[in-house]
Amino acid sequence: MTHKTATALLALTCVTLTTLIATASGPAQRPAATTHRTPVALGNYLVSTMGCHDCHTPWKLGAKGPEPDMTRALTGHPEDLKMPPAPALPAGPWIATVAATNTAWAGPWGVSFTANLTPDKETGLGDWTEEQFITALRTGKHQGKGRPILPPMPYPAYANLVDEELKAIWAYLQSLAPVKNRVPQPIDPPEGSQR
Amino acid sequence: MRAGSTAGDAAPRLSPPPARLSQTGLYADADSLVVDAGNRPFTPQYPLWSDGAAKRRWVRLPDGAAIDARDPDRWDFPVGTTFWKEFTFAGRRVETRMFRKVTPDRWDFASYAWQDDQRDATLVPREGRSRVAEVAPGRWHDIPSQDECRACHDSGRTEVLGFTALQLSDDRDPLAPHAEPLTPGMVTFAALVAERRLSGLSARERATVPRIEGRTPVERAVLGYLSANCGSCHNRDSVIASLGLFLKHTRSARGACAADALATTIGQPGHWAVPDAPDGTSRVVAPGEPARSALLRRAQSRRPSSQMPPIGTVVADREALALVTAWIEALGAQPATACTPGSATTAR
Repeated sequence: MTHKTATALLALTCVTLTTLIATASGPAQRPAATTHRTPVALGNYLVSTMGCHDCHTPWKLGAKGPEPDMTRALTGHPEDLKMPPAPALPAGPWIATVAATNTAWAGPWGVSFTANLTPDKETGLGDWTEEQFITALRTGKHQGKGRPILPPMPYPAYANLVDEELKAIWAYLQSLAPVKNRVPQPIDPPEGSQR
Repeated sequence: MRAGSTAGDAAPRLSPPPARLSQTGLYADADSLVVDAGNRPFTPQYPLWSDGAAKRRWVRLPDGAAIDARDPDRWDFPVGTTFWKEFTFAGRRVETRMFRKVTPDRWDFASYAWQDDQRDATLVPREGRSRVAEVAPGRWHDIPSQDECRACHDSGRTEVLGFTALQLSDDRDPLAPHAEPLTPGMVTFAALVAERRLSGLSARERATVPRIEGRTPVERAVLGYLSANCGSCHNRDSVIASLGLFLKHTRSARGACAADALATTIGQPGHWAVPDAPDGTSRVVAPGEPARSALLRRAQSRRPSSQMPPIGTVVADREALALVTAWIEALGAQPATACTPGSATTAR
């Protein structure tokens, strides 16, 4: 299975999670994107509606079930959560396993950990540029030119955003308080396994 | 427009790339595939690894125009300059890329996929084309998309990677992996100087044969290889300069210890840790310890999250890996004072 295929399949998961969140929070009236007056406000709107918290905010078990822990909003996989080896999948059309936090995913691509999107210089997006961020979402390359961004990040969907929207998301993420949380680097799948 | 680009403003805007390679001006005779005499062959002394592809390259400079070489690390080509690079796997032409300077500040890219009958090649859509040649069991060469082309060629604000003073040097590195021999008629640095095709060269640049100064022959070849294969992204002008890894050779760096590539690799912790190294012990290059050297481990990898370079190759370069391994092993036996990391000096 290619990364693009895996990404497409897992993006469905993200969309499903987003739908669940939207359902749980009720039919709130949301303004159209064009009514937002500042890039930061538009970015906040887009981040909140496009499912970024689904994976980049660690989940916890709340009174009604799993929910994003907004005290750690957009900080990515917790540095102190050391994951054991991923369990083997049973026979059948299964593709991935996921941590209870929704921040670590294991599949044919190895193990991926969701990124810290806060503007911390050392561990987040603090030393990225707007150009890098936009190029990363358009091309699926880490920092716009490095390794592939791994599943389940649904970058093919986000690549359809217009520049104004991507710049707004960048502006919003950069407006957050920086949080130091060093996310582990991805783990390769075993040699000889399916790529 | 800089002064050396004499054909610039007067040159007409070029039309879009034609549908067939035979219409691009590469060949004097499309039936026999004889290359036009005005398209000059060249070979970089440190070729980019492309999974063992045999490559042929040609350049056409507009008549009477010169390359503005005032910045020795960033040549400015006249509008109308055209490059072609042909990729052959297992004796069959697979693709030919064309690269044209269309305005004073823009190049365009086109890739042509060779037909099965090998008589001509057709323009590939900007999205590229996958699986055009199997280069190893289950591993395929893809014709890159234009975005992927620009991932390397737009980096560091110098779009032409294989046609630089160092790459065209007449002082060839005998240990350079996969180097092809210079043959009569090929463009070299000395030929460009003699033909007055380089304007604005300083007297020192004119008199200096381009060369990487390694402390050993192996180090010279390693620095050249890293510059050609990694330096297009890992350089001081790249959008990923914040990584602090600079592998591109610059003409402004002088002396055996002046290479950025030494200062930013040897003993440096880097941003990617060797997975099986004890915490805190991984280094970009760990002298004497290839297994603890992230640079080598990533060059060995063809796993998606760790391979380097991240695009353009699906098979590791065994010859280069052996060279880099030998270099790292030898570093462990060198006196620490021979070249202190951090002593690099460049003009920038």
